[in-house]
Amino acid sequence: MSRILLRVATGLTLGFLYLPLVVIGLYAFNAQRVQIWPIQEYSLKWFGEAFASTSVRDAFVLSVTVGLEATLLALLLGSLVSLAVHRFRFFGRGVLSLALVLPIALPGIITGMALNASFHNFGVPFGTLTIVVGHATFCVVVVYNNVIARLRRSSHSIEEASMDLGADTWQTFRHVTFPVLRTAIIAAALLAFALSFDEVIVTTFTAGTQETIPIWILNHLRLPNQRPIVNVVALGLILLSVIPVYFAQRLSSDTTGAAVVNR
Amino acid sequence: MTTTSPETQRRKTSLFGWLHRHPRVKLGALLIAPTGWFGIVYFGSLALLFSYAFWSLDPQTGEVVKQFTLANFERILTQPVYGAIVFRTVGVAAIVTVVDALIAFPIAYYMARVASPRRRALLFMSILLPLWASYLVKIYAWRVILAPNGLFDWGFKQFGFDQFGDIFGVSDLSMTVVFIYIWLPYMILPIYAGLERIPTSYLEASADLGAKGGPTFRRIVLPLAMPALVAGSIFTFSLTLGDYIIPALVSNTQFIGNVVYESQGVAGDIPFAAAFALVPVGIMAIYLLVARHFGAFDEL
Repeated sequence: MSRILLRVATGLTLGFLYLPLVVIGLYAFNAQRVQIWPIQEYSLKWFGEAFASTSVRDAFVLSVTVGLEATLLALLLGSLVSLAVHRFRFFGRGVLSLALVLPIALPGIITGMALNASFHNFGVPFGTLTIVVGHATFCVVVVYNNVIARLRRSSHSIEEASMDLGADTWQTFRHVTFPVLRTAIIAAALLAFALSFDEVIVTTFTAGTQETIPIWILNHLRLPNQRPIVNVVALGLILLSVIPVYFAQRLSSDTTGAAVVNR
Repeated sequence: MTTTSPETQRRKTSLFGWLHRHPRVKLGALLIAPTGWFGIVYFGSLALLFSYAFWSLDPQTGEVVKQFTLANFERILTQPVYGAIVFRTVGVAAIVTVVDALIAFPIAYYMARVASPRRRALLFMSILLPLWASYLVKIYAWRVILAPNGLFDWGFKQFGFDQFGDIFGVSDLSMTVVFIYIWLPYMILPIYAGLERIPTSYLEASADLGAKGGPTFRRIVLPLAMPALVAGSIFTFSLTLGDYIIPALVSNTQFIGNVVYESQGVAGDIPFAAAFALVPVGIMAIYLLVARHFGAFDEL
């Protein structure tokens, strides 16, 4: 009896979680400009219009650029911290791992507002660079979580064996440590990119007049004649934020959960 | 495989060999960039945000006056509109947290204690994907669903409730529904992790000692799941406190986040925005102190 109730509750909750994703997916194929339920007629015509729109294309290019640059920075910083925290005991080790989580543990307006005040104070012009700085700051923790989880599970003895057999630090890193970390790093890169591509709150404080894809949606969703294109871009954004996560989970199934809960 | 000349190879080897013999230098090399970034860029910015909160805006020139003043906080404390906004934000955050806990518990329990390992993995992925699916698009989708002539309006009209569009649409009720939806996975995952960790033997012992399902749940499962519940509530509460996109898109009322955003953007008053941004930080600090009391940090 209670098991049946649990099953029903689980099914309803899953339905609730997927409802908006399915609905927006359907509206992307809605032939009409007005959004009335049920949808009368389906069409692919808005996809062509979305691809043809220069403002959508510019926003897409900016989002990809920012995502790649922020991911690269986060990979570098996050891997360095996780190696240091895993291998060494040093003063401020606990504070450092707390500092990494803060940008996503604190509400986005705090990080956004802090960076905004900083750029304003030092006269840094708002643009691509300021967006990348914000995104890299909250992406580091995703890399850190993934890489350190892998380091903790891998045995230090294989590195010792490598050194005993005459390999130097570089050769050991290149041929032993890095191959162990590789899939964790790729998974982290996918998650960091997905996180950056979708971010909107910090970005509104750091972007100035630039439009990433989420900012483009935010600026256009109130304009009735733009709605069909917004729906198409929205469907694209769902796919681009979900597909990397699916592959990251396949690559490194034990760490994505931790990265997500800490998101 | 790249080809390196013996000369560069030898130099590389000697550098790494030297680093190996000097571990503190190696540690320094690993840490210089990350601590620089977080110590200077991030903490520097947070410190600056804190200082801005005690500065003010010259009403004539629109320039920031870098002199210590409590004027911003005085304005927040004395003007009733700001108190009302803080009160409303905290109230909605509390409602969202409680409702999310109620919805999350059954599915988390099913995943952790009933489902087969295969189905559990499938469910885990099924919760992960909507969690990561674009935050903004999910809010936009709800705006479309709750609008007059949208899916909900149509569904209720099938049952003869024609006034539905007036109740939802752009309203505080819609906003609460969207908040509950958006943060739900952040509640499910910690509770799931917490419930999975309860040893089966505890439940068996309780049953052996004659307790039925109800008392076992109340006296064994719930107390053991409490830290996980509180851990989940940190996310739902904190994320609701700081959000401004959801109130801006599906309601007409002001939230803490909206005041911060509009103060820095529309009004250009960064000192006041900074001071108001410290309000959720203060509330969260109190909340975290209480949460630590429940042992929630072991679950993070």
